[in-house]
Amino acid sequence: MALIEIKDLHASVADKPILKGINLTIKPGEVHAIMGPNGSGKSTLSNVLAGNEAYVKTAGQVLFDGKDIDDLAAHERACAGMFLAFQYPVEIAGISNMYFLKAAVNAVRKYQGKDQLDAMEFLDLIEEKKKVVQIRDDLLARAVNSGFSGGEKKRNEIFQMAMLEPKLGILDETDSGLDIDALRVVADGVNALRSPDRGFLVITHYQRLLDYIVPDFVHVLVDGQIVKSGGKELALSLEDEGYASWVEEKGA
Amino acid sequence: MKIEDEKSFDELTDKEYKYGFVTDIESESLPPGLNEDIVRQISKRKEEPEWLTDWRVKAYHHWTTLEEPTWAKVEFPPIDYQALSYYSAPKQKIDAPQSLDDVDPELLETYKKLGIPLGEQEVLAGVATVAVDAVFDSVSVATTFKKNLEEMGIIFGSFSDAVKEHPELVKKYLGTVVPYKDNYYATLNSAVFSDGSFCYIPPGVRCPMELSTYFRINAANTGQFERTLLVADEGAYVSYLEGCTAPQRDENQLHAAVVELVAHKDAQIKYSTVQNWYPGDKDGKGGIYNFVTKRGHCRGDNSKISWTQVETGSAITWKYPSCILKGDNSIGEFYSVAVTNNMQQADTGTKMIHVGKNTSSTIISKGISAGKAQNTYRGQVKVVETAENARNFSQCDSMLIGGKCGAHTFPYIDISNPSAQVEHEATTTKIGEDQIFYCNQRGLDTEEAVSMIVNGFCKEVFKELPMEFAVEAQKLLGISLEGSVG
Ligand SMILES: Nc1ncnc2c1ncn2[C@@H]1O[C@H](COP(=O)(O)OP(=O)(O)OP(=O)(O)O)[C@@H](O)[C@H]1O
Ligand SMILES: [Mg+2]
Repeated sequence: MALIEIKDLHASVADKPILKGINLTIKPGEVHAIMGPNGSGKSTLSNVLAGNEAYVKTAGQVLFDGKDIDDLAAHERACAGMFLAFQYPVEIAGISNMYFLKAAVNAVRKYQGKDQLDAMEFLDLIEEKKKVVQIRDDLLARAVNSGFSGGEKKRNEIFQMAMLEPKLGILDETDSGLDIDALRVVADGVNALRSPDRGFLVITHYQRLLDYIVPDFVHVLVDGQIVKSGGKELALSLEDEGYASWVEEKGA
Repeated sequence: MKIEDEKSFDELTDKEYKYGFVTDIESESLPPGLNEDIVRQISKRKEEPEWLTDWRVKAYHHWTTLEEPTWAKVEFPPIDYQALSYYSAPKQKIDAPQSLDDVDPELLETYKKLGIPLGEQEVLAGVATVAVDAVFDSVSVATTFKKNLEEMGIIFGSFSDAVKEHPELVKKYLGTVVPYKDNYYATLNSAVFSDGSFCYIPPGVRCPMELSTYFRINAANTGQFERTLLVADEGAYVSYLEGCTAPQRDENQLHAAVVELVAHKDAQIKYSTVQNWYPGDKDGKGGIYNFVTKRGHCRGDNSKISWTQVETGSAITWKYPSCILKGDNSIGEFYSVAVTNNMQQADTGTKMIHVGKNTSSTIISKGISAGKAQNTYRGQVKVVETAENARNFSQCDSMLIGGKCGAHTFPYIDISNPSAQVEHEATTTKIGEDQIFYCNQRGLDTEEAVSMIVNGFCKEVFKELPMEFAVEAQKLLGISLEGSVG
């Protein structure tokens, strides 16, 4: 069974149609990359999938793990194993990153019918995951994303993903704002999480990330539609040629 | 969820007030209206000594010369003071209940529904840590653990009993912190107060349990005017908690209480309030007008008074628990969480008046507004000439939930001694839809998310509450804000 099956998905933001018929299927174990010009709808797609209610699905169907996502609220999609690493992670004052993570991990576990982790078990899990995605202790102690640098925020997203062990990880431009070393850490983290029963949707503007996280498929999103799909070499040709030909074609 | 989506947003701001039931009980009331005769009748019914009757009458006459204050940032239609009844007491078979067995079972049932234990079984089982004085409408109906406390010399019970049993103490302290001329509502209270709690901790005694007064307004068209007087003698310590609820009624009800605290040398008083009066419905119909004067007097050196309040109820809150720091090295603290949702209005804060040397005060105020509510912090730090080396730290944080509410901060600082050090910090944050979605995306539902964010915001205040009430306060906050974020 496909992990996620997106069929003819249309969606609007503030009554403006953005997604205009997306078709995409991700099977367990696969990594799909989406590239496309600014404003083409990449973040809109990730928000619609994750259930952000500011984005309204107007037509089509999305099956996540066999279930129609229309039946699941945002937190239920998360609990069912969908994780979105935000393009712009949100700051929450007054709540430590650790506390937040513990609440999140236990919410997901509860939904999945697993026992709650107590403080000791939780700390053990943190230590284990720090080996997958290195993160400084002070970032865990500080309020969620508060005053984090751009790169620290992105790293924190991937650390959270490691902690929550989702079935589908959607990475929205996780590479932008990362320095070379951080990019490596994040990519290594993602690669460590790759497994036969887990899938990824990686949104990026740069081929460089795909050198580290090698995708099985690359899709080009222009003006709310996937205009071309191919293997990893498609990203290379995009790097050379840009989106101009697609944009012109659509505009014509 | 989108903020523009008015319908779903409003749907979600609906919440149920779970204490809104009315107890069907026979009560004795005086006819509506206020004049000298009514004041005298209240005093007479309570069999008060002449000095107290005179004090009430003086207050009444002074009140007739006063105008209702209008400086607070709250709006309400004029109150018709002649339409209110100033006395309502549950009719008892016996005049004053001698033990819980004498208390009307309907009343006990009411307190049970409210989750207030008035049974004394707990103490036998050795688990109780709280002694409760329950005030129903205007009359104290039951005080638990009175005997245990008496053995330590602690006097705790209804104000009326104290007037009868310890008139010298009441006379010595009444009105010494909040004089009857203090302000419109306090003056009104001085004239017509019906009951309340009285507490005296003798020198050197550390009160072994939380003392608690539980206020309940039941009768319709009745003002509630309790008076609390709490004295900690030299070296004494007491922690005191006050809780309040009222039935859901369409009319507004007036609550004008006065609380006076006196801390002698080396004494400490910790006074916590969890206020959950009926706030009115989401269109602003009904609810309690809570116009309360609370003041503590650090009378002796090294004394300390600490106010902690969690204000979630009332249609309008007008309340400034204050400290007069007279003794040298005395300490005043104010920790406050004020939550307003729907059409609620709160204008609350504190006054710290530094008189003695090396006095210090701390103010931590957290205001949370949701719906169309307005939340105002109003605080004064005053350092008079004699207050050498006074210190104050104030922090006033506001949180807005949704786009239709408001938060306002009015700090007044008045320094007459150059050695004073006063620090003020203020922040305003907004719980945004994006924060909620972020939490949702990590598996937390919206209620959990709001509650987590708000509790994180209020942490510094909650940690000042006694443990069991901190948990209660957190829950209450959750209920008050239920559905306030779409
Ligand atoms: N909340 C919103 N209100 C109005 N317009 C929006 C909103 N969110 C997105 N849009 C619009 O939708 C379109 C698609 O935006 P989206 O963020 O999906 O693009 P993107 O492909 O992720 O771009 P980028 O590469 O710059 O991140 C843009 O034109 C954007 O302005
Ligand atoms: Mg984007």
